[in-house]
Amino acid sequence: MITDDSVGLQVRLQQAAPIRLDAGFHCAPGELIVLVGPSGSGKSTILRCIAGLSTAKKGLVRFNDTSWLDTDLGVHLPPQKRSVGMVFQHYALFPHLSALDNITVTLSEATKSQREQHARELLDLVNLQGLESRRPSELSGGQQQRVALARSLARDPDVLLLDEPFSAVDQVTRRKLQRELARLRQKLEMPIILVTHDLDEACMLADRMCVLHRGESLQTDSPESMMSHPDSDLVARLVGLTNLFSGEVMEHRSEAQVTLLRWGNYSLECRYRPEIQPGDTVNWIVPTQHVILHRRERPSRGERENPVKGVIRDYVVLGGDVSITMFVDDNPDLPLTLSLSSHVAQRNFLAIGEHISVSLLADGIHIMPEAQ
Amino acid sequence: MDWPALALSLELAAWTTLILIPTGVLIGRRLARRHSTAKSLVEALIALPLVLPPTVLGFYLLVAFSGTSPLGQVYETLVGRPLVFSFQGLLLASLIFNLPFAVQPIQRAFEALPGDMQEAAWCCGMTRWRTFVTIEFPLVWTGVLSAMVLTFAHTLGEFGVVLMVGGNIPGETQTIAISIYDRVQALQERQAALMSAILLAFSFATISFIYIINNRSRRRRDY
Repeated sequence: MITDDSVGLQVRLQQAAPIRLDAGFHCAPGELIVLVGPSGSGKSTILRCIAGLSTAKKGLVRFNDTSWLDTDLGVHLPPQKRSVGMVFQHYALFPHLSALDNITVTLSEATKSQREQHARELLDLVNLQGLESRRPSELSGGQQQRVALARSLARDPDVLLLDEPFSAVDQVTRRKLQRELARLRQKLEMPIILVTHDLDEACMLADRMCVLHRGESLQTDSPESMMSHPDSDLVARLVGLTNLFSGEVMEHRSEAQVTLLRWGNYSLECRYRPEIQPGDTVNWIVPTQHVILHRRERPSRGERENPVKGVIRDYVVLGGDVSITMFVDDNPDLPLTLSLSSHVAQRNFLAIGEHISVSLLADGIHIMPEAQ
Repeated sequence: MDWPALALSLELAAWTTLILIPTGVLIGRRLARRHSTAKSLVEALIALPLVLPPTVLGFYLLVAFSGTSPLGQVYETLVGRPLVFSFQGLLLASLIFNLPFAVQPIQRAFEALPGDMQEAAWCCGMTRWRTFVTIEFPLVWTGVLSAMVLTFAHTLGEFGVVLMVGGNIPGETQTIAISIYDRVQALQERQAALMSAILLAFSFATISFIYIINNRSRRRRDY
């Protein structure tokens, strides 16, 4: 993937009102960035600013060396001149035109037959052969979404923008369309920006995620990195991470490459973070997959790694998995969540009220300096 | 049957419709997209002829068109004859009292369009004019047709304002509605009944036409 910031889409937007914006990111050709955040976090506004449908008071939207918006230089290209393809949340298909004509109407080839040929190729690309003559009202939600996607690609845009494209279809169709998008994007070479509030969808589709909160882009990173190394407790909360706690850095042991963290009555070994001063209060997380249950019948060597004891206070079966919340030392202020498969939970006779012990894997513990 | 009065009414209705429909499209489209207090005030102003007694509106127009008013003076200087009691004065009054009939159906039709459809067209590279011609107009044409028919029919039937502003000059400002009134006053009930029946039939036909077109369009397009 190209990482040169001068190639691809560069976005920097700032304004105080009517919707606060302080967002910036770069999307390389072929890269898919997902904007995630709660309702009102400015996701769709940013997309509209890129498309030219809204304007930020101050900002820059640049594709390669062409500025679409540059408030310092007074550049503000209208949507028609921005070479964007956009799929709207409710598709915004033209209801009086057939699926084919929804696409041909946007094309600029000289003859009608050329336009129709091109439109048919695009409908083939999104697996919509045979439905060319149907109007939007005669298509299912998923089929409408495919027409909208084909239409957005019709002008061979420099940038593809997808505004919650899967929110208006049922769960089964959504999964199918997500897979199709994942397959289709391998053929696309333009930067793609997708807006969603569905974190699972974001993690599944994104090369990188940009987490937004009240118009501010807090962190742009790969889903794996975001889920294991959030920049702040706020990011951790916004991406739905549990096991977020505060603690105090005790000391750094350079010879063992570990940092010691005080949490309740425990001293936890964590990854070496010498830049944080001993005595500092910090936030930290441990993803559920890094909380390892000690097998009750067969203790193992791994139990020496940050062992923690507690009592099970919540036990929820979610399909084939079980989400367990234990109160560390039976202290309700220290709820620790771990996720297990059902058969492991059953084999270990886990139930509410049972005493268990777990290990917090040192590599999984991520320390974040406390917000100022 | 007073054929000159009917011809004058049809001419007045035709000119009114011809001028008012493009104006209605411009105003209705703009109002449909606005959300402000100013919009409400403009809407109220346009709707005034619906609730004002025609004599009140006619009185104000008579004053505004008279030779002592700035408008009347300018017109008289340019054209060389007074605006009141002329066909042109009648047409101007007709444009004003028909505004709600032309604007409101068109405004409702534009309001029914999903807002993002226009934006989708822009993102597809269509100019504003092409968006209007290719996307918007085919979706609002029933509203425009309703406005045309209502404006035409209402002009034929208007009485109070026409009498106040146009007077009752045969061949110049005497419309069929005023002619009917004249016949009743002169106890020529057969002629009054015939002309009334023609207006009634025409009004019923036009209103039916609007309902049929709108219902067909609604059945055909479900969005």
